[in-house]
Amino acid sequence: MDITLPILILAIPITMFLVLGIGGVKMSKKMAGILGIIGMGTTATIAYTVAITYFFSGDANFIIDGVRQQYQVFDFTWLSFTDTLVVKLGFLLDPISAMMLVVITTISFMVHLYSWGYMEGEQGFQRYYAFLSLFSFSMLGLVVATNIFQMYIFWELVGVSSYLLIGFYYKLPSAVSASKKAFIVTRFADLGFLIGILLLSFYTDTFNFMDLTSNPERVLASTGGASFMGASVLTWAMVLIFTGGMGKSAMMPLHIWLPDAMEGPTPVSALIHAATMVVAGVYLVARMFPVYCVVDAAMTFICCVGAITAFYAAVVACAQIDIKRILAFSTISQIAFMMVSLGVAYDKPIEGVHYSGLGYMAGMFHLFTHAMFKALLFLGAGALIHAVHSNNYTAMGGLRKYMPITHWTFLIGCLAIAGIWPFAGFFSKDEMLAAMFARHWFWGAWMTMVAGLTAFYMFRMYFLVFWWEENPHYKEHKPHDAPWQMSVPLLFLAAVSCVCGWALPFGELVTWNGEPYHIHIEWVKVAIPSILTACVAIALAYVMYHKKNDLPTKVKNFWPTLWTAANRRFYWDEIYMFITHKIIFNIICKSIAWFDRHVIDATMDGFAKITQKASYAIRGMQAGTIQAYVAWYLAGAVALAAITWICLI
Amino acid sequence: MDYSQFGSMIPELIVLGIFMLVFLFDTFSCEKGKKILTPFTTILFGLGTIAIWLLPADGELVFGGMYINDTTTNALKAILNVGVFIVFLQSAKWVESDEVAIRKGEFYELILVTLFGMYLMVSARHFLLFIIGLESASLPLAALVAFNKNHYESHEAAIKYIMTAVFSSALLLVGLSFVYAFSGGSLYFDDLAITISQGQTSGLLIVALAFVIAGIGFKLSLVPFHLWTADVYQGAPTAITSYLSVISKGAAAVAFFIIFVQCFGAVYSEAWEWMLYGIIILTITVGNLFAVRQKNMKRFMAFSSISQAGYIMLGVMAADGLGLAGMLFYIFVYVVSNLGAFAVISTIEDKTGLVGMDDYNGLHKTNPWLSFAMTLAMFSLAGIPPFAGFFSKILIFTSVTGTGSWALYMLVLIALINTIISLYYYLLVVKAMWISADEPKIETFRSACSARAAIWICVAGIVLFGLVPYIYEYCYDAVQNSLSFLLLF
Repeated sequence: MDITLPILILAIPITMFLVLGIGGVKMSKKMAGILGIIGMGTTATIAYTVAITYFFSGDANFIIDGVRQQYQVFDFTWLSFTDTLVVKLGFLLDPISAMMLVVITTISFMVHLYSWGYMEGEQGFQRYYAFLSLFSFSMLGLVVATNIFQMYIFWELVGVSSYLLIGFYYKLPSAVSASKKAFIVTRFADLGFLIGILLLSFYTDTFNFMDLTSNPERVLASTGGASFMGASVLTWAMVLIFTGGMGKSAMMPLHIWLPDAMEGPTPVSALIHAATMVVAGVYLVARMFPVYCVVDAAMTFICCVGAITAFYAAVVACAQIDIKRILAFSTISQIAFMMVSLGVAYDKPIEGVHYSGLGYMAGMFHLFTHAMFKALLFLGAGALIHAVHSNNYTAMGGLRKYMPITHWTFLIGCLAIAGIWPFAGFFSKDEMLAAMFARHWFWGAWMTMVAGLTAFYMFRMYFLVFWWEENPHYKEHKPHDAPWQMSVPLLFLAAVSCVCGWALPFGELVTWNGEPYHIHIEWVKVAIPSILTACVAIALAYVMYHKKNDLPTKVKNFWPTLWTAANRRFYWDEIYMFITHKIIFNIICKSIAWFDRHVIDATMDGFAKITQKASYAIRGMQAGTIQAYVAWYLAGAVALAAITWICLI
Repeated sequence: MDYSQFGSMIPELIVLGIFMLVFLFDTFSCEKGKKILTPFTTILFGLGTIAIWLLPADGELVFGGMYINDTTTNALKAILNVGVFIVFLQSAKWVESDEVAIRKGEFYELILVTLFGMYLMVSARHFLLFIIGLESASLPLAALVAFNKNHYESHEAAIKYIMTAVFSSALLLVGLSFVYAFSGGSLYFDDLAITISQGQTSGLLIVALAFVIAGIGFKLSLVPFHLWTADVYQGAPTAITSYLSVISKGAAAVAFFIIFVQCFGAVYSEAWEWMLYGIIILTITVGNLFAVRQKNMKRFMAFSSISQAGYIMLGVMAADGLGLAGMLFYIFVYVVSNLGAFAVISTIEDKTGLVGMDDYNGLHKTNPWLSFAMTLAMFSLAGIPPFAGFFSKILIFTSVTGTGSWALYMLVLIALINTIISLYYYLLVVKAMWISADEPKIETFRSACSARAAIWICVAGIVLFGLVPYIYEYCYDAVQNSLSFLLLF
């Protein structure tokens, strides 16, 4: 493949960032918005071209005997420290990166368009578009990374742009602290990631993904059985790398930043904190999948973290008031779903299992469909917030008559996430559950329960927002559907959520080893039970919330402690506060600060004093008379000769 | 005589050609025509610079083995040309001022002549040609330093410069006469290298080495041959100061490398390694210690440039291809960083006449872009990542430690400690501009477009040189392609 198109995919967003970031102040808001949208539209077109070329052209670089290949379009040396320690930057095309190109550019384009309406009149409109472009650039660079170090660089860039966008309303203290929280928590996780990278590359002598994943046995052998604290070094490395993924993908116990990140503008939440950035952890595991497969302990760890997180987030989502937080916890839960799905997959044929890489394929499939319907839900939530100027469902209710477009598209999103046939979520969730059941009935049953909870809290929100009871405020301020810039993305994403499940031959395109897999649905064992669970959950939500009654209060009062605990997210923030403030700040930091002030600073002050004194002492040398200068000159030359002579001869 | 030999000295011919054109233009054009002398020269010189970048160097010894233009010297010439181009841009406003406008032709002509001299310095493979180059690069500079005719300081600076220059030349010539005696009557670098590699280290050779170091050390302002620097830098017009501090130094540093590695390479570890060792430590440390206390920006930059010269000399300590490549890269980075700082200083001086560090207090309130450029330049000079200065320091340090001797590790350690001291005084400027709470003394103004162009080039260089690997690769390849002269030892 020619290098031009792939390089443009990265070049256009970064150029847009520079143009809008530097020149944005001088241009009108409209101009900045149009520029941003055109830039992203072009990028999306190119990304689609590249992805379609990759999947369908049949080029020998991309597919050999029906097996899709990994192909490095380019990989140039950026920094070369030694012969082995070389940092490269490149562009890797393989099924998942091509898929991610499509996902990122589609959602990003939709969000660019939507923001034009949503952010209208906001101060810093140009800055907002500049940051969106920066984010798109970083995320695209992350998914096409040819080596783990490049991924790390873009990983951090993504973190920075997320930080900038969460803190977009920098005058709000809550937004500022949320952005700090997000940055610090993910950065803390990335420390683990970095150590993992260093460990892995120390033993294997390579950063390159293709080298690592093409021969995982070599990776296993290269560590030579070294172990640390009872676990092999490779396990440590892979678990630490996964820690980075846990941070970005908001897995327990590093999930605390994501709900707060909802302080950012809603389209940003749709793009970054629902569809693209937060799945980076899933992408990372998928990228390193063959290596994870040879480390059973790490895979089990991923499964457990995913299963616990999925359940926890689903329970918390049932007790939230803020609709964006409900969606945030739902995102955490769904990403955990993908993690479990990856964790249960095998890379070798297993007896009695018709396709061992099913979990991988399903996880990626769900990543794709989830990005679409979750972005739809977030943008829908944005339209609601735009209309009633509040994030809480208590300010809504009965909105279906006022906002028909939002209502119908939101319903489609809810049906998709609940996994109702024939919407997108059904197909991917079904495959994931099939893979989990194939590994062990426990995973399947547990996650089916989580899927039921998902259906319940989503429809709880749906009914509370669109049915329940009309809010009296509507008389003064009548809510209405959003302008066309906002409705078009909603309709588009709703259409995608309706069809992409059954129309897209996902198994043919994206599998872990590139061999096509024909999806078939296990109706009796998996699909029907899961649909039934979802229907029961929806029915329950209907009974409780479709019109105003006191049933929810009764349920809440049945066990109020549990409800409060769930509403307060099981006190995770308080636990973190206790650890950081009481233990780390008070005990560790204070002693370090003392050492810093009385030992390090004092030493440095001493150096500074010596420097100043010395400087003062030699000032006479520079007296200003030329005779003295020449005398010094001659003395210097003679002394140089004399000293050398004495020392050497 | 074979006239085709002139084909080897394309860079010299280009500069000479530009000089002739400017000279003729200046002499014969009418009053109106004189107005476009500045853009004429600048554009012509810009084209010449591009030509030198692009034209290949043939690397053949010509004129009886006296002259060579290989890829390394060609690369250095191209780098110096970029520097001179930036100097032309930043001084475009100043040469149009009432005081100097009438003599602006001289300014360009003298600079071009000295540049020609510097070309010869690095390309010479015979001491006679080297001396001619050195002198033609030194004497016209005295006239340039005295260019502000009506300023007392300018005269004082010129006298100090010429006196020291003459003295240093005398010392250098004494040293070379010893060399001449030692080599048995030849001044060719090659002959000398052979004689030295066969002979013993003698007192005569050591004295010769010390005097040659002192002689070239004058141009580089190595300690203790640096005392003229501060007074001259302060008194000279700012454009000349920046020229002196960057271009003149870059040429001298590479000439130093070539002479010491090619001629005296055989006695590296016996003799001059330790001489240079002491000189470098002195240069970096003393330069820093003086810089800490300066309040005048030009004087401050003088001491900063002394200390920077010490860092450049580290490449000579490495005495191999990596060292030379590191030096070339360091010089290039130093060109953009130092000229970036000087461009800001001269812009402010042109507008307001202020050059004190305290005058810069609160500059960001009135001139944020200038403050920004100055900050980047300071960061780069101090070697803060990710700016170019960080990478140039890293590369030159690695080239020194690459030899693996513990003494050189110590040297790098001392250089590192000095980097911390330098951080202090470079950040003083940044602090004055951004943190100081005083009311700004300098009004908001719009600088001339030529100066702005100069600043932008420098800022782009500071940001990009470190991040884009091609610049270093260019230097490295240039050195690799001309390594033949290093094989002698």
